[in-house]
Parts: sequence; C-alpha cells; structure tokens
Amino acid sequence: MANQKVTYNKKTRKLMIHETVTSYLFLLPFLLFFAGFVIYPMFMCLFTSFFDATMGREDIFIGFDNYKTLFNDPVFWKALWNTLIIVVVSVPVTCAFSLWVASVISKMHVAATSAFRCIFYLPVVTGSVAVTMVWKWMFNNYYGIFNYIGTSTGMLEKNINWLGDERFALACIILILLTTSVGQPIVLYVSALDNVDRSLVEAAEVDGATQMQAFWKIKWPQMMPTTLYILVITTINSFQCFALIQLLTSGGPNNSTMTIMYYIYYNAFKLYKYGYGNAMGVILALVIAALSAVQFKLGQEK
Amino acid sequence: MNEKKLTKNNAAKTKAYYTISFVLVAIIAILFAFPLYWILTGAFKTGAEINATTPVWVPSEWVMDNFTRLMSKRTAPLFELTFGKFVIAGPVVPAAIRWLVNTVFMSVSSMLLTCLTAAMAGYVLAKKNFWGRGIVFSLIVCAMALPKQVILIPLLREMSTLKLYDTIWAVIFPIVGWPFGVFLLKQFAEGIPTEMVEACRIDGASEWRTFTDVMFPMIKPGVGACAIFTFINSWNDYFMQLIMLTSNKNLTISLGIATMQAENSTDFGLLMAGSALAAVPIIIVFLIFQKYFTKGITMGAVKG
Repeated sequence: MANQKVTYNKKTRKLMIHETVTSYLFLLPFLLFFAGFVIYPMFMCLFTSFFDATMGREDIFIGFDNYKTLFNDPVFWKALWNTLIIVVVSVPVTCAFSLWVASVISKMHVAATSAFRCIFYLPVVTGSVAVTMVWKWMFNNYYGIFNYIGTSTGMLEKNINWLGDERFALACIILILLTTSVGQPIVLYVSALDNVDRSLVEAAEVDGATQMQAFWKIKWPQMMPTTLYILVITTINSFQCFALIQLLTSGGPNNSTMTIMYYIYYNAFKLYKYGYGNAMGVILALVIAALSAVQFKLGQEK
Repeated sequence: MNEKKLTKNNAAKTKAYYTISFVLVAIIAILFAFPLYWILTGAFKTGAEINATTPVWVPSEWVMDNFTRLMSKRTAPLFELTFGKFVIAGPVVPAAIRWLVNTVFMSVSSMLLTCLTAAMAGYVLAKKNFWGRGIVFSLIVCAMALPKQVILIPLLREMSTLKLYDTIWAVIFPIVGWPFGVFLLKQFAEGIPTEMVEACRIDGASEWRTFTDVMFPMIKPGVGACAIFTFINSWNDYFMQLIMLTSNKNLTISLGIATMQAENSTDFGLLMAGSALAAVPIIIVFLIFQKYFTKGITMGAVKG
C-alpha cells in the first residue's frame, strides 16, 4: 500500500502534514465515489437548472426561466400541495404511532419485543415494488379485499375504485406509506426507551408518580434527540415517496396524487425536460433543508 | 383524600391501559404482516381463486402455475462476460433468474465496496486530526439530509457520458458514494479507545497495519451493520434501478416485476409470484442478520 511508505520514512516530519496525508489516503476511495456520484451531481443539479437542457443537444442558458415557468405551472403547485399533505399527515402519525407501539412492546419479554419489531419492519424489507403490487391487488375494484370487506359488512354500498377515484387515491397512498415507514422509528424508539436512565424512573416511582407521569416527565425529555432524528428522517422519507405513486397511480387521477418527486421524474424521464426537472429538484432540496432546520431549531429550544 | 386508594386506582388504570394496548398492538401487527401473507399465498393460488370476488383466505390447492407463467414470459442469458469485443454468454434462462443474478451481484458488490470505503473513511474521521476534516464531515452530513432523488437527472447524464448507463455499475457507484455507511462507522470507531490505536503506532505498526489488525477487528459489529444495511437498501433501491437500467437482461428483480406489471397489470397471480421471488430472499437475509441490522439503525442515529 502506498501509505505504508509514507508512514515508515517520514515519521519525524511535522505530525500534522503526516496525519493529513495519511488521512486523505484512507479517505480517497470513499471520496472518489462521494465526489463523483453525490457532490458533483448535486452541483450539476443547481447548475443545469439555469439551462434549457434536453437529450441530444447542447444545453442553452436561459437564466431563471425554468424557475419562472415553475412558479406559473399549476401542476407544480398541485404537486407541492399534495406533497405537503403527505408530509403533514404522515410525519406526526408515524411518530406518534411508533412511539406508542415502542412503549408497549418494550414492556414485553425480550423475545416478544424483537418479534414485534421484526413484524413492523417487514413492509420495509419486503421492498417497495412487492409491497405496491400487493396493495394494488388489495385496492382493486373487482378482486380487492377492501371492497369485499366494505360491501360485505355493509360499510360500502358498492365497490369503490380506490386508486382511480380522486377522493380516495391520495389517502390510499398515505396509508401504504405509513405501513412502510414506521419500521425504523419503532426500532429507534425501542432502543431509546431501553437507554433511559433507570434510576430516575425508579426514583419518580418511589415518589408516587404514575407510569404515565414517569413516561411523559422523565422518559420523553430524554428521548428528544431520537424524536428529532425520527422527525427528520420521516420528513425526508415522505418527500421521497415515489415507487407507490409511479406504480399505482402515475400521479393521477387528475393529478390528485401528483407529488414533487413524481413530477420531477415525469418531466425528466417522460418529457426529457432536464433543466426544468432540476429546477424543481433545487426547490425540493430547499424546502427539505428549511424544514429540517426548523425541526432542529424547535428540538434545541425544547 | 386517601392517598393509598388513589395510587391503587392509578395502578389499576395503568394496568388496564397496557392490557388494551397489548391487544391492539397484536392486532395491528397481524394487519402489518397481512400483505406479506397475501403475497406468499397469492403466488400459489389458482387463477380462479386469485380473481374470486370473495377472497380465498387460504388457497385450497397450492399450484405453481404463476411461477411457470413468470418464468416463461421472457428469457435472457444467465450471464455475460465482455472482454473488449468478445462476449461470453451463459445459457439462456428465464429472465427472472437472470434478474435475481443481477440483483444479488448488485447488492453484494455495493455491500463490499461500501464496507471497505466506509470503514477506512470512518476510521480516519473518528480518530485522526487533519486539515479539512470539518469540511469533509459537514459535506457528509449535508449530503445525507438532502433527498437522494434530487441528483438523479445529473447522475443519469453523467452515467451516459461515462458509458455506464444501462449497466449494473450505474446503480452500484452512487450507492457506494452515499455517505450513510461512513457516518455509521465513524460512530463505531469513536467508541474504540484512542490509546489502542496509539499503542499500536508506538509499537511501530504502519497506518495500514493499524487499520487492518487493530481497528477493523474492533469495529466488526459496525461493519456487519453497515453490510446488512447496504445489502437490503440496494436490493430495494427501486428508483435508481428504474432510471439507470433499461435492457431486459440488465434489469433487477424489483424492476423486472415492475416492468411486467406494465404489461400484465391485472394478472395478480403472476405479480404475486414475482413479488414473492423479489421479497423472500431479502426477508430471509434480514431475519438472519436482524441483530446487526437493528444495531446499525440505532448507531447511525445517535448523533442524528
């Protein structure tokens, strides 16, 4: 290895230079991939958003035109609105639900805790395509299990075309998204609950605190960093919800499930408007960055 | 107020709350497992039972029809090795088999490359003090907070320029570049006492020896977590695959099933067989290495 030579011969040299050189040699393999396939494309995303770019010809510089078109594009606003609905519904529900599940299963025997943790993680491991396929079947107009249960119990008068109906499509997407996103938060909360300082909880119980009080006054504040992390990852996850939409509704009916993510894909890979898609990507990144920053601020204040 | 009575009352309430919660969680868990059950049973149902308007909860007979149909739809060579202009092609097999081979190759390569690069990078970020460390680390954190999909269009064009488009490497390289593994292994490496590393150096071991003989064995659980995490994530990284891979022989299993869906959108038996083929291997891997996986998730979050 190249760095071996450096170490043996130049030990007397200034420590800092030595450390820097060896460190970068160790970092080099990762940095190659990181710079080449993450940082460079990120930079290009911003750069190309100022161009009229498509397949098979040179990009044309057009300044802020992509952004101007974007702000006047009703589908973009609809997509942004839908994305925000998904985020606003799924993030709190995911967090609250996983906190509740974690608090319940962490009281169980170790084997039971891990079994339940596994079950709630299964939809994530199963993979978005397989999960989507089965939900597609379950929501199906004729052969779907939801319509059967609905009509046979009398809750529905007739079969509903869940994914083809403007009123229900987005709600269905959110439901599926929820089942695939609580896995990780539950794992995190279970471990956070395990790490809570036992002595504080016991002291509180000796003083006559109920379990509920002990939970909200002692455990909850200690789990704040975990909650914050979960908020951030679930927000990012909900923004990125894509496979469900591409495979189930393609943004329809009548753009009722159009999200930013799908609209970027649609513009870039169906219409080949690369510059326009990138401009949307930049806006999406800004929105997520702003939201994460707000969440961190709120978390720190608490 | 009788304080004792109050405490007793509270205790009873708490107990009732937990009993109800246990039952509720158990019911919800069954609902969570149901889609998977539906995939696995659906894959073996007859056409009539699949399309029954009254759901058939347990197949009355288990048939392989769906798999037979899945295997007969498309074909592809089992493998292809290219040396310049020469191509050695394997025997022609059902495309689904080739897709599985591609998926395993992709996941294993991503896993190995990620673990190696991330362990090296994580080690120095945790244990070395060097110029530019802060900048490198903040770049890593920033990149992690951004949605991966933002970079897909530029990535697509980059891959076309590099002539990697529609090859499995176009999916692997961005996974290796994604900094989560580095972040995770940095956390692990920070837990190793610095004296260990220094003692090794005083004994005259080279930097590389220090890494391979001292550091690597000690962060092995972390590497295990990183490995299983990368393996599962790349197996299921549908979006990247969708954009980078187009030819039939280069598809992954998820993408292949999704493509089939476009052509046979209501043949649920076929789709369930495909889904089972995509999901079962990865679920088995997950169940075997579950412990490492859980550790990976929690360690990666410590400092969020």
